[in-house]
Amino acid sequence: MNRATTRPLSPHLSIWRWGPHMLVSILHRVCGVVLATAGTAMFVWWLAALASGPESYAVFQHWVIQRNNDAIVPGIANGFFTVVAIGLSWAFFQHLANGVRHFVMDLGAGYELKANKTFAVATMVFAVVATVALWAYIWGIK
Amino acid sequence: MKGGTELGRVRGLGSAKEGAGHWFTQRLTAFANVILILWLVLSLARLPGLDYDLVSEWMRSPLVAVPLMLIVVNTFWHFKLGLTVVIEDYQHDHTRIVLLGLLNLFTFGMGALALFSILKVALGGTSA
Repeated sequence: MNRATTRPLSPHLSIWRWGPHMLVSILHRVCGVVLATAGTAMFVWWLAALASGPESYAVFQHWVIQRNNDAIVPGIANGFFTVVAIGLSWAFFQHLANGVRHFVMDLGAGYELKANKTFAVATMVFAVVATVALWAYIWGIK
Repeated sequence: MKGGTELGRVRGLGSAKEGAGHWFTQRLTAFANVILILWLVLSLARLPGLDYDLVSEWMRSPLVAVPLMLIVVNTFWHFKLGLTVVIEDYQHDHTRIVLLGLLNLFTFGMGALALFSILKVALGGTSA
């Protein structure tokens, strides 16, 4: 089938000017995949280590939580897993906020350009604020 | 039935008849996740420590072990639905079948390990 190249084609990703709605859309998917893989791995590692006894749990603690520290603070001190834990909490808050945004859009609301943009930006602001608040609480109060 | 365009071959066949169920289950599990994972994050943050004895004792409470098991069922169900869509969106050849198979193994393998672990700790009695 020959297609005349002068005919209009479907708009491709690259011709759209990026907006917050596009960013939160792909972030939702990326965060979901990260939570499903890395999040699940951390969660199940923690549970399996606990069930396997103190020695196994000590290995988990050694890598993920600082030893010789009763408090969670500054408990998760091994650099890599600190980043993983903070990243997972941010991914959760982002996925949570945008999930709520999807609930609203499922009701048929929030499609007006301005409202949609505002709500999209709000999910990202919420995710960052909630992440900072959580870690300030974990590290700060105790 | 060969020939014709791709659109022509599928036109009139209707939907796959499972889309709405998938969509709705995704939303149901999402709603429960809001409650369950927020509970987990806040509970862990509020624990005075994460050492073996403290976490084991904490997990022996029914009000902890049961929500944890609900997370394993609900959240794992949710991410299986989500990852299925991601795989179907990006993989169009035989890798799709392989990845969907691996996803199945991952979900149920991790789920079984997690559920058993929670039960073992919760029903294990005091370690002291």
